[in-house]
Amino acid sequence: MTADSPADPAASAQEEDERLKDISRLRKALIRPELGAISGAILVFVLFGIIAGDSGMFSAEGILNWSIVSAQFIVIAVGACLLMIAGEFDLSVGSMIGFSGIIIAIFSVHLGWPVWLAIILAFVMAMAIGAFNGYLVIKTKLPSFIVTLAFLFILRGLTIFLAIATTRKTIIGGVRDVAEGDWLAPLFGGKVLTGLFSWFAEQGWISTFTRGSRAGEPIVDGIPMLIVWAIALVIFAHILLTRTKFGNWIFASGGDAQSARYTGVPVDRVKILMFMFTAFCATVFATAQVMEFGSAAADRGLLKEFEAIISVVIGGALLTGGFGSVIGAALGAIIFGVVQQGLFFAGVESSLFRVFLGVILLLAVILNTYIRRMITGER
Amino acid sequence: MKVIAKAVIASVALAGVAALPAQAEGERFVLVSHAPDSDSWWNTIKNAMALAGEQVDVTVEYRNPPTGDIGDMARIIEQAAASNPDGLITTIADFDALSGPIRDAVDRGIPVIIINSGTPEQAAELGALMYVGQPEYDAGLAAGQRAKRDGVSSFLCVNHVVSNPVVGERCSGFADGLGVDMGDSMLDSGQDPAEIKNRVKAYLTANPDVDAILTLGPTSADPTIQAVEEMGIAGEIYFGTFDLGTEIVKAIKGDVIKWGIDQQPFLQAYLPVIILANYNRYGVLPGNNINSGPGFVTKDALALVEEFAGEYR
Repeated sequence: MTADSPADPAASAQEEDERLKDISRLRKALIRPELGAISGAILVFVLFGIIAGDSGMFSAEGILNWSIVSAQFIVIAVGACLLMIAGEFDLSVGSMIGFSGIIIAIFSVHLGWPVWLAIILAFVMAMAIGAFNGYLVIKTKLPSFIVTLAFLFILRGLTIFLAIATTRKTIIGGVRDVAEGDWLAPLFGGKVLTGLFSWFAEQGWISTFTRGSRAGEPIVDGIPMLIVWAIALVIFAHILLTRTKFGNWIFASGGDAQSARYTGVPVDRVKILMFMFTAFCATVFATAQVMEFGSAAADRGLLKEFEAIISVVIGGALLTGGFGSVIGAALGAIIFGVVQQGLFFAGVESSLFRVFLGVILLLAVILNTYIRRMITGER
Repeated sequence: MKVIAKAVIASVALAGVAALPAQAEGERFVLVSHAPDSDSWWNTIKNAMALAGEQVDVTVEYRNPPTGDIGDMARIIEQAAASNPDGLITTIADFDALSGPIRDAVDRGIPVIIINSGTPEQAAELGALMYVGQPEYDAGLAAGQRAKRDGVSSFLCVNHVVSNPVVGERCSGFADGLGVDMGDSMLDSGQDPAEIKNRVKAYLTANPDVDAILTLGPTSADPTIQAVEEMGIAGEIYFGTFDLGTEIVKAIKGDVIKWGIDQQPFLQAYLPVIILANYNRYGVLPGNNINSGPGFVTKDALALVEEFAGEYR
């Protein structure tokens, strides 16, 4: 369990307790699952500050570029993180992204439903499928790896079929037009703080478009809602995990499901809810993407499930469950996003791109694990 | 700890070396494609771009979304624009998703040339300098009309990039050229060679009366060649393909494939680099879009094609 688990009865008792080992305050502050991820994040920022510092990576739009990519990873990593701590995997995240996007596009563009209703329907369907995933894992006692792998194929196939059967195309466009004036769509595809950024541009702190219909407007004109969603999900999940009884149940379900059951933790309910939360996060990703780009495609989200899992693992969670942190997963997602986009800025030869991506990610995980072991004294 | 420190230093050095070209003298052009890593056809684009870069002394960079996800491609275009290149060469694989990022790049004052996917109209609408490519529907239509003259009345279209509707228009153009309804003729084959081969076999077994096969590139053509050979109908079934590659050229030579439609990718990468370089230096620009294809390659004119197949052809 984590160092900051809330229900620690000894914490209130101020007197010396022979059962408690005396730990220095500094060491206590350092024993956090996030520490390795923080070091990893500092490492990649220094690394790219050196090799890509003058490439536009740290200009306003450069920062926005890797921030959005990191935010995308964070959104799916938060769900994957809680689920992984609860001891399960979801490999259907990427397919779920494609599925939710296509559902929104089919119902709003093809069938003419109001966009807000299409979005809500996509959330309901995705979470129902997530619940079904969880139910199957619990009932069949099969590894979630296998069950959700099946859904990786089922959902991807269904997505392509539904798109072709209704519109004879695999990319459905025109969502932007029907989303015009909708009340829910801006919550996913809109931007906030636009006034602040125009003011930045007036001050000359960020550059402006030099021609075209948007001449004079700032190149970065606001913070996309996706980033707001990422931050909100991190805060929500972090509080849920570390400050509530339910958070302890999540750790217990993943640490040792059987002993958790003996102590009265509703393990099945916790796991099913976590599958639904993962599906919810995937749908947030899909909705934000569809609203921003104005189109949904049946092949969106390929391999995203692995990107989510990689982010969580970089962030220090154990693949076996029971240990991890949301902040760590978010930092892992930032590391992954910064490395991926930073390699583009650094001008790395494109065929070697994945080699560098793999090497740097491996280094981040090694560093993370090493630091965690050094500090916790775990072997 | 020492080992880790060493590894970190090594990787910094490694990344530093790879990053060097970005700081070289001369203009820097970035080409962003929509192709996944698995699509071998784009190798010609990379080679031709490198050749042009060498000839006019500019730095060229090739970028692509590893899985072919157009959402990722939009991010890469934004990123490329943020790095302030002297020119951007890209495709419009999905107008809805890419129009925003491309228009932003244009509005920042970056000269943009659209190649390959997209239409001349879309390129003009986004404010790109020009379009270099092959009008896909027209190319499919021409191929369909040719096949009709050769007596074809039904077909199978093996599509390995269902996600790219522009490429799919080759199939609908072919159907219209033949004057038949497309119906279920389009097969979503996926990208894996073994899967493509077996799906084609399964389709042809279930529909034995199909006269012709149209493949949309080497990714689908190569396994389809194997499929027809294994089924013993090679040379018997009317087989045409888009694009060229080593295996396709061999098959044209061996009478398995009747013709290959060459959209001459070489020109799609080579010309934009040359045009952008001269546009940057002297402000000159051709007054029109450039059709790089279609050209039908048959058994008669194979010598040069064979020599450079997969490299520049």
